[in-house]
Amino acid sequence: MHDRKVVRRRRAVLGLLVGCALILLTAYFGEGSGGGLHAIQRGALAVFSPVQSVASDALKPFRDLFGWFDDSFDAKGENEDLRKEVQGLRTDVADASERLRLSAQLEAIDELISSRGLDDTKPVNAEVTIVSPVIWYSTVNINRGSGDGISVGDPVLNADGLVGRVVTTVGNASRVRLITDADSGVTARTKDEVLGIVQTGTPGDPNDLLLQRIPRGDVPKVGDMVMTAGIESRRFSSYFPPRIPIGEVSEVDLDELDTSQQVHIKPYADLRDLDVVTVLTGSDAGAAETSP
Amino acid sequence: MTTVNGQLVLRLVVLAFVTVLLQLMFFAQVPVFGAIADVSPLVVMAVGLLCGSVAGASMGFSIGLLIDTALLQTMGLTSLVLIAVGYYAGRLRDLRDPQGTLAPIVLGAAAAAIATIGYGTAQFLLGAEQPLSWALISATLSTIVLDALIALPVVALVRRWLTPVLPEDPRRRRRRAYTTGGLSPLQRA
Repeated sequence: MHDRKVVRRRRAVLGLLVGCALILLTAYFGEGSGGGLHAIQRGALAVFSPVQSVASDALKPFRDLFGWFDDSFDAKGENEDLRKEVQGLRTDVADASERLRLSAQLEAIDELISSRGLDDTKPVNAEVTIVSPVIWYSTVNINRGSGDGISVGDPVLNADGLVGRVVTTVGNASRVRLITDADSGVTARTKDEVLGIVQTGTPGDPNDLLLQRIPRGDVPKVGDMVMTAGIESRRFSSYFPPRIPIGEVSEVDLDELDTSQQVHIKPYADLRDLDVVTVLTGSDAGAAETSP
Repeated sequence: MTTVNGQLVLRLVVLAFVTVLLQLMFFAQVPVFGAIADVSPLVVMAVGLLCGSVAGASMGFSIGLLIDTALLQTMGLTSLVLIAVGYYAGRLRDLRDPQGTLAPIVLGAAAAAIATIGYGTAQFLLGAEQPLSWALISATLSTIVLDALIALPVVALVRRWLTPVLPEDPRRRRRRAYTTGGLSPLQRA
């Protein structure tokens, strides 16, 4: 008799919990981004952001310690690659400087950029407090928000290049969608003016992005730098000012280029190891042009 | 089924918050050979093994809800997956009461597998437009292996935290008597 009561109670609790989870799931999908559950999440983000910030600072020495062990293993292999990369970059810089000096067209583009006020973007530095551990969500939370002048859509960079853009912001915290997220898309071009859209490549591999929708006939080369185009495509609004470095072309498969019009890119920014980022709060780059 | 008391509930609440904080601010940011440990299914599994299926499922729901809220993810999805982990760990305790030294490793791997594969499957069912790739499989497998490796200390820590407030369990008392030199009923006879 007692056993039956226990079994009934156990099943009732299980059913209740599963029911609650399913109701939450359904309600979350059913409501818009201004709905109650989304508001609860934003409220929780605002309330717990100070706690997250303090806890993140407290745990930083331990993260750094573990990171040091991991980095030490990687450093040996990376050293050789980096030497080769530096040599290549020196050549690239010399070539680029020469072309920049000679090319009146590039000077005109620089003037155009200056005239559009992109030099006046107001950068806000922020620390990364939370990194999504789930492969499916490539997002990070940062400890600066609308109170610091950040708004939804602002581009986020680090010292290496483009990181992502702000998708949610409250007074003292924001959520940044990385360029590796499935819902992210960045209109981009190579230094040879090959246009495309940078999208996530292989889920779980932050070092593999795709430059897609490359016009037929254009063939990017391995090692070409890919940077933001600052124009709008039919599918994605451009939240990014032009000429922010994104990465370099890492693989060009001519069959894949022919059939899928895409090549692979390795991002410059190490998106698995973000510590400090900068948000460009005053940019409004994408309104002027529309891609073909 | 373990009787729930106030102190146990308090310790479970503290455990849930600490688990989520550590998961998001430490483990998620410290890749080990490229893999990221996920301690939440391990803690839920440990609670299920120690406190039973109801407490395990409730812990799974709570931790999942906290993670989804903190990360602004689809609410209810992580809860659904972790409820399964906690409930089946609790049922395993009720039916078999696994006590082997290496049991946490095997169960940790199983819990991580249920959590990661279950979450991935749910994502596909909800319409994630991502191809099933080798990198995805590799990331999933490496998380399962890493979780299996850290399951032993995680379960030990959870046991250490909860044991003082767990109600006396006849099976536990019997085991303690054997392992500390007490006579078994057969020897006494």
